[in-house]
Amino acid sequence: MTENKPLIKIRDVHFSRGSKLIFDGVNMDIQRGKVTAIMGPSGTGKTTLLKLIGGQLRPSKGSIEVDGRDVHKLRHAELYKLRKRMGMLFQSGALLTDISVFDNVAYPLREHTKLPETMIRHLVLMKLQAVGLRGARDLMPSELSGGMARRVALARAIALDPMMIMYDEPFTGQDPISMGVLVQLIKVLNDALGLSSIVVSHDVQETCAIADYVYLVSNGKVVDHGSPADLAQSESQWSQQFMQGMADGPVPFHYAAREYASDLLGVNE
Amino acid sequence: MVGYLQGLGARSLGMFERLGRGAVFFINILLCIPSVLVRPRLLVAQLHSVGVLSFSLIVVAGLFVGMVLALQGFYTLSDFGAEGMLGVMVAASLVRELGPVVAALLFAGRAGSALTAEIGLMKATEQLSGMEMMAVDPVARIMAPRFLAGLLSMPILATLFSAVGILGGYFIGVGLLGIDEGGYWSQMQAKIDFNQDIMNGLIKSIVFGWVVTWIAVFEGYDAIPTSEGVSRATTRTVVHSAFAVLLLDFILTALMFGDI
Repeated sequence: MTENKPLIKIRDVHFSRGSKLIFDGVNMDIQRGKVTAIMGPSGTGKTTLLKLIGGQLRPSKGSIEVDGRDVHKLRHAELYKLRKRMGMLFQSGALLTDISVFDNVAYPLREHTKLPETMIRHLVLMKLQAVGLRGARDLMPSELSGGMARRVALARAIALDPMMIMYDEPFTGQDPISMGVLVQLIKVLNDALGLSSIVVSHDVQETCAIADYVYLVSNGKVVDHGSPADLAQSESQWSQQFMQGMADGPVPFHYAAREYASDLLGVNE
Repeated sequence: MVGYLQGLGARSLGMFERLGRGAVFFINILLCIPSVLVRPRLLVAQLHSVGVLSFSLIVVAGLFVGMVLALQGFYTLSDFGAEGMLGVMVAASLVRELGPVVAALLFAGRAGSALTAEIGLMKATEQLSGMEMMAVDPVARIMAPRFLAGLLSMPILATLFSAVGILGGYFIGVGLLGIDEGGYWSQMQAKIDFNQDIMNGLIKSIVFGWVVTWIAVFEGYDAIPTSEGVSRATTRTVVHSAFAVLLLDFILTALMFGDI
C-alpha cells in the first residue's frame, strides 16, 4: 500500500521572502522510485523548494509530507532523524573544505554510526567507487574540479543509504563530459539503489533525458506537469517556450519598462 | 520628519530583533556545550586555532605595552621620588586593566575576525546547510567548539599578556632605568592583592572572552552569504567587540573598584 503512495506530498505551499512572493499555492506529488524533475526559469525558487522539503525553511501556509510525516510539524530531533534518510546534493557540492575527500564521505558515517574504522573505510571506498573517484580519496576539496566535487558530494549523500536524494542544479557550469557523467550517475544510482530522486534544474535536454516526471514552475505556481514526452506535446505556450528555449513568448524578452520611444527621447511620464 | 522617525524606529526594531536572535543563538550554543565536552578533539583543534595561534601576537604586544608603561610611569613617579613603586604601577595597570582590555581587543582583531570570516564563508559555500541536511547540527559541531575555545583561551591570553608586560616593565625599569630589582618585585608582591587585583582581572578577561567570541561566532552565522556580506560581518565583529569590551570594562571597573 505504502509503495503506491507518493514519497513527498506538497499541498498548497505558500512562501515569501520579505515582500516577494516565491510560492503561491504549489501542489506536487513526488513518486517513489522515480526521477522527478522540477524545472523553471532562474529565480523561480526551485532551490527554495528543496529547502522547504528538507525543513530548512518553513512555508507560510500549506504542508509538505515526506514519507507520510509533515516535515514542519516535526520536533528538532525527529526532523534530524528524517534528514538521515534524505540526501541532498548542493549546487556547490558543499564539501567541508578542511578535510579530505575520504573524510568528507566518511563524515556522515562517523557522525551517525558507531561503525569501526575498517568498516567505514570499506563503505567510503564503495561509495567513491560508485561515483568513479576512489582514486581521488586523498585529495582535498580545493584540488577537485567542479564536476568531481559534485561527484564526491554525491558519494557523501548516498553514504547513509538514504531513501531519496535531492539534486540542486546538478548540471550547472559543467563541461559536456562531466555533465554526461552526472546525468548517468543520477539515473544509475536511482535505479540501482532504489532511490527516489528530485532534480531541480533548468537544463531541459539533460534533465528530460533521465526524468520520469517533470513539474514546470513559474511565478510561484506549477504551470505544467507530466512526463517529458507529454510536456513536449503540451499546448501550453509557456511550456513550449521553456522546453524549446525560445527567447520571447509568455515570458517576455524585455523587462517591464516604459514605452521605448518616449524613453529614448527622455520625455517625462 | 515622519520619514526620519520611521527610519529611526525601523533601525531600533532591527537592532533589538538582531539582539534577540543573538541571545537565542547563545542559548543554543550553551545547550550544545555538553556535546563538545564528549568530543574533546573538536575543542582541542579550536583551542589551537583560536588560542595558540594568537600566542605570538599577545606576547609581543604585552612586552611592548609593559615596556612603555615602565618608561612613562618612571618619569611620572620620579617627580615624586617614588620610582620604587614602578613595579606596583606596571603590575596593577596590567593585571587590572590593560591585560584584559588590550588582550581582548587584539583577540577580537586576530581570532574574532578569523572566526567570523571562517563561519561566514562556510555559510556562503553552503557547508552549514550541507551539515544540516546530513542531520548534523552546525551549532553543535562548528559554533559551540569555537565559542568554548574562545572562552577558555581569553583568560589565558590575558594572563600571559600581563605576565609578559610585567617582564617588559622589569627590563626597562631595572635594566635601563636602574631602579632597584628587589624593590620592583617586593613592592609588587606586597601591594598587588590576589582577590582585588588578580581575580578581578581574571573575571574581566572571562567576560571579554565571552562577549568577543559570542559576537564573532554569531556574526559569522548571521552573515549574508556573499563575499560582501562576509566582509561586512567581519568588520562588525571587530567594531562591535571593541565597543562591547570597552563598555563592559567601564561597567566591571565601576562594580569592582567603584567603592575604593
